[in-house]
Amino acid sequence: MAAAAVPTTNGSATRRARWTYSDRILSRPGAYVDEEDGFVPGEAPITSVENARILVIGAGGLGCEILKNLALSGFKKIDVIDMDTIDVSNLNRQFLFREKDVGQPKATVAANFVMKRVPGCTITPYVGKIQDKDQDYYLQFNIVVCGLDSIEARRWINATLVDLVDMENPDSLKPLIDGGTEGFKGQSRVIFPTMTSCIECQLDMHAPRAAVPLCTLASIPRQPQHCIEWAHIIKWEEERKDVTLDTDDPEHITWLYKKALARAQEYNISGVTYSMTQGVVKNIIPAIASTNAIIAASCCNEAYKIATTCAPCIGMPGQNNYMLYTGDTSVYTYTFEHQKKDDCPVCGNLPKDLVVNPTSTLGDLVESFAERPESQLKKPNLRSEGKSLYYSSPASLMAQTKGNLVKPLNELLSDGEEIAVTDPAFSTVFKYRVHFS
Amino acid sequence: MLKIWSMKKEQQKSEVAAGSNKKKVTSAQLRVQKDLNELSLPDTISTHFPNPDDILNFVLTLTPDEGFYKGGVFTFTFAISVNFPHEPPKVTCNEKIYHPNIDLNGNVCLNILRQDWMPVLDLNAVIVGIQFLFLEPNAGDWLNKEAADDMKGDRERFYRNVRSAMAGGTVKGETFKRVLKAKPGEKA
Ligand SMILES: [Zn+2]
Repeated sequence: MAAAAVPTTNGSATRRARWTYSDRILSRPGAYVDEEDGFVPGEAPITSVENARILVIGAGGLGCEILKNLALSGFKKIDVIDMDTIDVSNLNRQFLFREKDVGQPKATVAANFVMKRVPGCTITPYVGKIQDKDQDYYLQFNIVVCGLDSIEARRWINATLVDLVDMENPDSLKPLIDGGTEGFKGQSRVIFPTMTSCIECQLDMHAPRAAVPLCTLASIPRQPQHCIEWAHIIKWEEERKDVTLDTDDPEHITWLYKKALARAQEYNISGVTYSMTQGVVKNIIPAIASTNAIIAASCCNEAYKIATTCAPCIGMPGQNNYMLYTGDTSVYTYTFEHQKKDDCPVCGNLPKDLVVNPTSTLGDLVESFAERPESQLKKPNLRSEGKSLYYSSPASLMAQTKGNLVKPLNELLSDGEEIAVTDPAFSTVFKYRVHFS
Repeated sequence: MLKIWSMKKEQQKSEVAAGSNKKKVTSAQLRVQKDLNELSLPDTISTHFPNPDDILNFVLTLTPDEGFYKGGVFTFTFAISVNFPHEPPKVTCNEKIYHPNIDLNGNVCLNILRQDWMPVLDLNAVIVGIQFLFLEPNAGDWLNKEAADDMKGDRERFYRNVRSAMAGGTVKGETFKRVLKAKPGEKA
């Protein structure tokens, strides 16, 4: 019977030779899943892995690991986004890159390397920002895996995937798997947008970047990093105010390095180097290859389980969704359920539908808020994404926006647009999606 | 994935529909809007929004009515990133000022704008902090060493130098622009 489970369709019988052993997981009943969970051992889960479209965001330290793991797990349709080019300092851990690749885009080089090593796997690179892509682009994928070092980018993709969820379309729900590392520490988490705690709900898990007091930089530098920050924050402003600092421009880094070095000598501080300057200015977080490997492995196993249902994944509603790994004081790992926040600005508070007469005025709407039982607003501030509609505080904005009160709504808003209403009397934000009657 | 969708449909019964291609108010905008709701500005402080639709960028005007800087008009540019409140607002003073905690380029040394920033802090806290720097300059944590030394050495002399800088004079080789508020009937 085992032979029957090895598919021979789509070409040669050796098509899945590389995955003979992992296919056994998919072609035998699972210990913790059954048909009720949607797991039917055999061809179906194998096809799921082959056909799943996976988006990998980031082709750096984590991204290299993630792309390699996904391809070797049998995923065949992968896209990767990264805006960076390869720097010589990446080569120690970003193992898909070689010295000859320095200066080339990470996404392209990583895709080509993995495709060469794993025939049959197609990786489509995009060199650019995640913000370049629209909702239709993200709708193509089944699972999104992030290996990013930026909180801003995480928040953006999180909000985008929450927005994407459309009750008419089951495929609009994209599981988001997020990995992150910092030195010996890391985390992997699974998010089902709108259903479970999202990245915005979990923002308190990221400590704000540690900063040195400005006056320490100006008055008593004690470490080489202080001299670099001084050159970066104070000296650049002073001497090159009209030039926008480009942290990828070697001339700019050299300038900062020289200023920092001179200051360090003045205060008898040693240790300022060009690469330290680059690290401090670009806020490069120390990365350890094996921490990346641990976290990426966990992210990719979750992707595999989600795509195939062969074993329970983390992140299901009411279950653990966050795996924390700490290797800096011995080894500790802990998996827990980070709770969804009811007042999360991204997923907690979905807009209520509000039907309005398009020719009624904004003033009418504000008045109706004062009467609505759930709001009863006294000093509201109202805006859409692009427009400050009416602000009762501060005084200057009130003066600038009160003219809108007499305007008809269809002059200020478009049908279906979202507005956010706040009031000092309420800690929550009221969101409405305005529909014209 | 089928199972998760059936759970989603179950959950959705108690909620209102999500999903739309329209742009949503961003979380930074939401938070700033909330903070603006809760601002309580004294008569000596006002705001100006060059583009009223962009609440992430504004100018704060401070006209102290007591202390060393009484009678001066100082403006601060607030630039709030999309990462607010994870990141503090960036605040710079637009006028050249003789102040121990503000350098000649307008950088402001205020703990909560940097090392002590926490997302629970709001714009009111930042504005109160700036106001405090004008009532009680802190010669210990200096950005302008000459002003700090001056203040530590002789408060009377420091006061005279502050006044002369505000009047558009030259202090220790640095020439300042006049920032004194025009009195009623006086030419600005
Ligand atoms: Zn959330």
